[in-house]
Amino acid sequence: MATPASSTAAQLDEALFTFLLRMGDNTLVLGHRVSEWCGHAPVLEEDIALANTALDLIGQTQMWLGLAADVEGQGRSADDLAMLRDVWDFRNLLLVEQPNGDFGQTIMRQYLFDQFHLLLLRALQDSADDRIAGIAAKAVKEVGYHVERSAETVIGLGDGTEESHGRMQAALDWLSPYVGEMFVSDEIDAEMATRGIVPDPASLRAPYDAALAEVLAKATLSRHEGDFAHQGGKTGFRHSEHLGHMLTQMQWLQRAYPGAAW
Amino acid sequence: MYAQMVKSEATQDDPEKLAAFQARIDAGEKIEPKDWMPEGYRKTLIRQIGQHAHSEIVGQLPEGNWITRAPTLERKAILLAKVQDEAGHGLYLYCAAETLGVSRDELTEMLLDGRMKYSSIFNYPTLTWADMGAVGWLVDGAAIMNQVPLQRTSYGPYSRAMVRICKEESFHQRQGFDIMMKMAGGTEAQRRMAQDALNRFWYPSLMMFGPSDKDSVHSSQSMKWRIKMNTNDELRQKFVDQTVPQAEYLGLTVPDETLAWNDEKGGYDFAEPDWSEFHGVLKGNGPCNAERMRARNAAWDDNAWVREGLMAHAAKKKAAKVAAE
Repeated sequence: MATPASSTAAQLDEALFTFLLRMGDNTLVLGHRVSEWCGHAPVLEEDIALANTALDLIGQTQMWLGLAADVEGQGRSADDLAMLRDVWDFRNLLLVEQPNGDFGQTIMRQYLFDQFHLLLLRALQDSADDRIAGIAAKAVKEVGYHVERSAETVIGLGDGTEESHGRMQAALDWLSPYVGEMFVSDEIDAEMATRGIVPDPASLRAPYDAALAEVLAKATLSRHEGDFAHQGGKTGFRHSEHLGHMLTQMQWLQRAYPGAAW
Repeated sequence: MYAQMVKSEATQDDPEKLAAFQARIDAGEKIEPKDWMPEGYRKTLIRQIGQHAHSEIVGQLPEGNWITRAPTLERKAILLAKVQDEAGHGLYLYCAAETLGVSRDELTEMLLDGRMKYSSIFNYPTLTWADMGAVGWLVDGAAIMNQVPLQRTSYGPYSRAMVRICKEESFHQRQGFDIMMKMAGGTEAQRRMAQDALNRFWYPSLMMFGPSDKDSVHSSQSMKWRIKMNTNDELRQKFVDQTVPQAEYLGLTVPDETLAWNDEKGGYDFAEPDWSEFHGVLKGNGPCNAERMRARNAAWDDNAWVREGLMAHAAKKKAAKVAAE
């Protein structure tokens, strides 16, 4: 295992732990949101695709939060991290905790995240930490399919009927302010980048914008001017009001019956 | 059973053709889509396969009810995979029905406007996590009883769909039993949930097989055509005989005071479910009929714009391709 030497091992672990929470919380929260569609999708193929996407994301969560728990070394499990932390300890992007809205908002949110996720995972395959590179190598195959499907669907609905176009434009307008947070670098990212474990998120912005522009052009959708970005999810400083409600449902059994095995 | 009280259609075809057809079935041959078949055979199969497909689709709802509250990541993943399988089963079955000349959209419309039914069992609510165990253990267990023999049914596409479905269903049943084991061996509250789930799902599971043979008017023609392989009472007995020892193993009590082993017949004697409740549920008066149909209608109607948008896009792409050629 190529774990870079550090003069402050405890500090490195904390940064690494936070990075892993960011990965695992993104997939957990988005996987949960997508799973809310179960049985209510527009067409049977979408029921299958949405369940499959949610399943992939929950599987990735098990890997990321499992490694986070190992790195933390406090005896907590991936389930403890998922089910027993409160809102302020979650480190997911604000984008993924936004409610499903209509199918257009769900699929736009999915594409905006998938494109970022794919670029990040591709880079993480070369991480100096073999454990991270290993998880990324597994996840990148699944996410390749996710982005293919979500991009195609955004294009199909954007360039579909007048109604579908209008709904997709509204979804893009609603979610655009949540794009910028993906590329904001903080001291955790800086330390991880210096160690060669994780790319600087800012470095993913140009390829992301290029891919997004291509998909939006095909979808006949347009982004508003301006780069205003809501922030506070990945740092945990200020989540949206939606996350707490999601946790009341997701964590309910573990909270109501502490210590039970399921 | 995911298809209950499927009415056999009377058939008025040329007696010679009918006899030849019956001879093929008696010889164990598979009937394939392009083969001649009596109109009654075709219509009865559409009704039966369609009802089974609809059951898979509506059946997503009571389990989807717990996906967002699954207690661990692994349980959430298993449940998601299961519900995904069920949607897949729906797809195979609609495809099998399409070979009989009815489109998936037509079948869907008939489900949504109430002309076609789905299994009575999905009109019962799932109230605790133990219900996810009970549904797998009892509901999938009952479904398998019927579906395993249907792998040998006379209609080729249906038989092949059933082979794929059975593999996955038996996996689901084991997962359900695994949840029950955890619950029954868990805390006091978990044991209560497990017993409560058995109490609520026992009789509705027995109803899945349909009314007693003496009251089942549609069985004989379907059995002759080998689209129904066993009688309702045979399958129900087999289910009880298999399930009672499992309940004992779990330390749970089957909610039937009359339940007793009968040496003479080599099976259990057990109480019949309340058939008036069953007929009420089929008429639409189960605990969740209205909600299930509202959910499915909303999924279809509220998302019509998605289907229309994607179709319009596909048409534009096709037109552009033609123009470029």
